[in-house]
Amino acid sequence: MLEVEDLHVEFRTRDGVARVLNGVSYHVSAGETLAVLGESGSGKSVTAQAIMGILDTPPAHVTRGSVRFHGEELLTASPERRRAVRAEGVAMIFQDALSALNPVFTVGFQIEEQLRLRRGMSRAQARARAVELLDLVRIPAARQRVREYPHQFSGGMRQRAMIAMALALDPEVLIADEPTTALDVTVQAQIMDLLAEIQRERRMGLVLITHDLGVVAEVADRIVVMYAGRIVEQADAVSLFRAPGHPYTAALMRSLPRLDSKGTALETIRGLPPSLLRIPPGCPFHPRCPRAQGVCVTHVPPDVRLGLGRTSACHFAEGVVGGGGVGG
Amino acid sequence: MGQYVLRRLLQMVPVFVGTTFLIYVLVWAVPGDPFEGKCGERDCPASYVAMMRERFNLDDPLLLQYWKYLVNLVQGDFGVTSSGVQVVDRIAAAFPVTLKLALVALLVEAVIGITAGVVSGLRNRGFLDSLVLVSTLFLISIPVFVTGYVVQLVFGLQLGWIAPTVTSPTFGNLVVPGFVLASLSMAYVARLSRASIAENRRADYVRTALAKGLPTRRIVGVHLLRNSLIPVITFLGTDLGAFLGGAIVTEGIFNVPGVGGLVFRSILTKDGAMVTGVVTVLVLVYLLMTLLVDLLYAVLDPRIRYD
Repeated sequence: MLEVEDLHVEFRTRDGVARVLNGVSYHVSAGETLAVLGESGSGKSVTAQAIMGILDTPPAHVTRGSVRFHGEELLTASPERRRAVRAEGVAMIFQDALSALNPVFTVGFQIEEQLRLRRGMSRAQARARAVELLDLVRIPAARQRVREYPHQFSGGMRQRAMIAMALALDPEVLIADEPTTALDVTVQAQIMDLLAEIQRERRMGLVLITHDLGVVAEVADRIVVMYAGRIVEQADAVSLFRAPGHPYTAALMRSLPRLDSKGTALETIRGLPPSLLRIPPGCPFHPRCPRAQGVCVTHVPPDVRLGLGRTSACHFAEGVVGGGGVGG
Repeated sequence: MGQYVLRRLLQMVPVFVGTTFLIYVLVWAVPGDPFEGKCGERDCPASYVAMMRERFNLDDPLLLQYWKYLVNLVQGDFGVTSSGVQVVDRIAAAFPVTLKLALVALLVEAVIGITAGVVSGLRNRGFLDSLVLVSTLFLISIPVFVTGYVVQLVFGLQLGWIAPTVTSPTFGNLVVPGFVLASLSMAYVARLSRASIAENRRADYVRTALAKGLPTRRIVGVHLLRNSLIPVITFLGTDLGAFLGGAIVTEGIFNVPGVGGLVFRSILTKDGAMVTGVVTVLVLVYLLMTLLVDLLYAVLDPRIRYD
């Protein structure tokens, strides 16, 4: 339903050109949850903003690639057409609901304005629908709270209001950019449950952007792992957790705390993610990779097919999967 | 809210007493007898000076004088000038003129300042942005009396487009003095709006509004403007308070019979009762304006609550 193909985005800054996306491709279909996993700066949010057409241009420029929604190319579509797809076709929720909601308007106003402007509803109709939506995301006393301002909501309630706002025009795909990062752990679980439930009921496509493997494990059908503006691994959730196909994924999983390794120091990935102004030649992960060989420094690894629709951008992908995820 | 207003009104009492006392002392306790120069070339007759000193309680200790003045004041009696005119009448004649001038200036400042600021804040470093930055810098650097005389000379005397002085203070006649009075603040408003817009246009809630598929006009006109204008409107409010304090220079240049001119003339003629009376009114007006601005702030920004 929503397809991204070979997307390249550059940030033209005073310090030079940062190649933020270097050929990102993924797709999500109705009723499917796709998790996009990666560290800060890996390009997961930029991909989402490029899909929505809300990149800050300048400095961001899409230099190559394609974003298709039901087969329709969005990158070359007219501004009006793109605007029509936003919120109705593809909606988005953001990480920090306090800054993402407008502080000087009531929560109700911010839900209703789309209904009034895009659905031509009257004030009363829009208000009634806004109350329904707040009910749907389980905000208690929705009838009163619709008149309140974002700062009067708790963190979890704010994120729920944000979700209600994104659902207002019944989107077919919802992109959730780190929806739980700013929240307490218990609230995180509630929000994830809510998102998963809404996604099932509406047979919506859900693109879940996160850096949290734990969040991904519970809800994702498929996972793409991003590193330095590239997709390094793509797999269904079950096989990825059973046997990661890329040394970076393997390293991420080793750095998770586990019950059976209590008392031992947590493993970390040595080094830092590369500066996007100077991405290393060859495989961008090679300076930090325990398996790196000569070929990794000189040649960009191709997407190696691992069966079951899995791919891994590693010269030694078969060996990584065969090694049971232990890596080098 | 009600409690807050009450507390603020009560806080005005000591401020009011303090300021009026200071003014009273400054005006009446200066060296030299205020009535000695009132009779032209000759010395005033001793009987006249004695009568006036009696009328203005000048032989009482200073604190008692002030007390007597204050008691009359709270009863609405501002006293009479040395020539026997009721101070209240003079203020009542001058204040509406100043109010008109202040409203014209506020309108000029708000409309032109905000428009220029928004337009330049929305586009970075374009021609318009540079134009606004340079022209506001120009306005800020020139003292008002220069702007005033140049406008009067060029448009009033050389080109003859306007009457060089205000003959009757109608709104129409006050447009040019209003422009001159507003010029400096207009530049500040433009710069303040520009900075505020430039800062807010990258805000997360603007991105959200964009992601909701709202038209650009609505994103700018509703979401961006409403947030960006909060500091601008509070600035305009305090500025109105300052305008109401009378514009001595502008009123002087264009001969506008307002409060500024009244104060100026009273100071020159050492008319103590007049000076204290007018300044007392101005203090009250300014205190009320600040309270209004603070209340307005809470209306504009729902995150601010006075409970």
